Amino acid sequence: MSKLSYTKAMNRALVDELAADPDVCVIGEDVGAGLAGPTLGLVERFGADRVVDVPLSEQAFTSLALGAALRGMRPVLEFQIPSLLFLVFEQIVDQAHKISLMTGGQAHAPITYVVPGSGSREGWAGQHSDHPYSLFAHVGIKTVVPATPSDAYGLLRSAIRDDDPTVVFAPAAAMGIREDVTWQLAPIPLGRARIHREGGDVTVVAVGHLVHDALAVADEVAAQDGIEIEVLDPRTLYPFDHAALESSLAKTGRLVVIDDSNRSCGFGAEILALAAETGLLRAAPRRVSRPDGAVLPFAIELDRALQPSRDRLRQAVRNVTA
Amino acid sequence: MTIADLYRSMRLIRGFEELVLDLVKHGEVVGGTHSYIGQEAVAVGVCAALRPDDLITSTHRGHGHVLAKGAEPRRVLAELLGRRDGLNRGRGGSMHAADLGKGILGANGIVGAGAPIAAGAAWAERRSGSDRVAVTFFGDGALNQGVVLETLNLAAIWRLPVLFVCENNGYATTLPARTAVAGSAVSRAEAFGIHAESVDGMSVEAVHEAASGCVAHARSGEGPALLECRTYRFEGHHTIERRFRLSYRTPEEVEQWRARDPLLTAGAELSDEERERVDAEVEAELAEALAFAQASPPPDPADASRYLYADQAAFGATS
Repeated sequence: MSKLSYTKAMNRALVDELAADPDVCVIGEDVGAGLAGPTLGLVERFGADRVVDVPLSEQAFTSLALGAALRGMRPVLEFQIPSLLFLVFEQIVDQAHKISLMTGGQAHAPITYVVPGSGSREGWAGQHSDHPYSLFAHVGIKTVVPATPSDAYGLLRSAIRDDDPTVVFAPAAAMGIREDVTWQLAPIPLGRARIHREGGDVTVVAVGHLVHDALAVADEVAAQDGIEIEVLDPRTLYPFDHAALESSLAKTGRLVVIDDSNRSCGFGAEILALAAETGLLRAAPRRVSRPDGAVLPFAIELDRALQPSRDRLRQAVRNVTA
Repeated sequence: MTIADLYRSMRLIRGFEELVLDLVKHGEVVGGTHSYIGQEAVAVGVCAALRPDDLITSTHRGHGHVLAKGAEPRRVLAELLGRRDGLNRGRGGSMHAADLGKGILGANGIVGAGAPIAAGAAWAERRSGSDRVAVTFFGDGALNQGVVLETLNLAAIWRLPVLFVCENNGYATTLPARTAVAGSAVSRAEAFGIHAESVDGMSVEAVHEAASGCVAHARSGEGPALLECRTYRFEGHHTIERRFRLSYRTPEEVEQWRARDPLLTAGAELSDEERERVDAEVEAELAEALAFAQASPPPDPADASRYLYADQAAFGATS
């Protein structure tokens, strides 16, 4: 048995893919030094032409990866700050994502965009604290938010093997998590949810690091209120595992979503809509999210005030089960 | 490559574009197009300097590049008509024409966006040990796009086999280049230590000669090059312009450039007999292309999202 950290799991996934396939390369700012964590030690093992440090020029290197992908490579790009995705939205959304359809299937873009440290890192303020997975799911890009080290390993490997562009968001608040791993780590298919805890009273869909908050709240309300929460982690936000949501709602008929995106047009809104369409809800559902249009303020009290919390989740669960 | 070959390729693009203008006018090409008429010497001169396995990325004004690089006119035309036999199976249209098998990595609706894609392709080629060169065509408007400047830097420091071809037709849509571009295309490239030249883009032989030198430079591992071709589009930015009666260019200016029509110059080097023979052959080829494109069935609306993902069946996208 070994304790596997989330960052180390990502690192191991990169090592295994680089070792398995010479077409895989890692491109990013400071990936040689391994500043963000997941690429630590890779350049020593695989060389600077497989683990490629680039100048600060996000737009150029993001589409450079597309050009390389069109010539047979499988680039993995690392973005140290989630807001950098706003700079390269054009290159990911307009170019890499659309090329398969626009060329009538002649071209594919097997590129993985990895964002280690997405969401609030507390005290990093407005331009370093976004968690923009909803934007990518909205435009139809494969979007992955692993909650645990073993999921981070397995989903990152599948993302790299996937023939389409895929964004992998590693939540900052999950990267410190460690897990006892007694099994052989393996790729995990995209598009499949994970039930972390079974329960018959209310389904809580939790995204990324909030899975751990949901599990903690589930234990509390089970003990205090006798409410049994089923914790469903979609893992892949797009494509979303509709079947898993439907089978859980068939059991519970009640839903709370906790997700770290903004409320309006956010991922939580999408889950509520999907749930409503199933006709399985027996009570009005609830969202626990950041507020509409949130920009995270600097002061720690203000930062936390805008993020989904265990208190708000507990209250939401009590409301839907009342 | 003889002047007759160069003339034929330009004649084909000109005839194709005239046909397309007619099809736009009659509503057969929906959405309109960006006409390449007047700029033929650039696409033809540059592509004549390339091998068939070299690579290009193109622009919203891309028909000329795509045809010069060897795409079949009938399949490009079928694409513009939105038909099943189009290059992109009717999914791309005028601004996204691509033929990966011919090294055409795609036209692009976003100004400057093809530059880093070409650089990435060049990077991958060099890594794999090939000596292919990637060419990216862009207009003077793209000189002000950050991504192009970032790409010039990357290509220079990594000495990538890329040729940046700036088609300076004097206008970014309606904005004159003289009011928009500080310095020049050449001076910008030189600031990055990139070999750069400026050439008369109305002379197919001049473009071909300069491009051959730049391509040889890039292929030999000496790093990227930039070729500015001073050219002019005889038509508007987009076919929509015909309806709006815009007046950002004087009729005199257009006439001055029309007098330097690259087809007239190159055609004058052929005998009347040879020129007429080429013209007739091109006309017949385009008539056949039109018949092919018009006979191709429209795509099935039930398949509208097909090709969005590499493995559509496994993905199971919902509508």
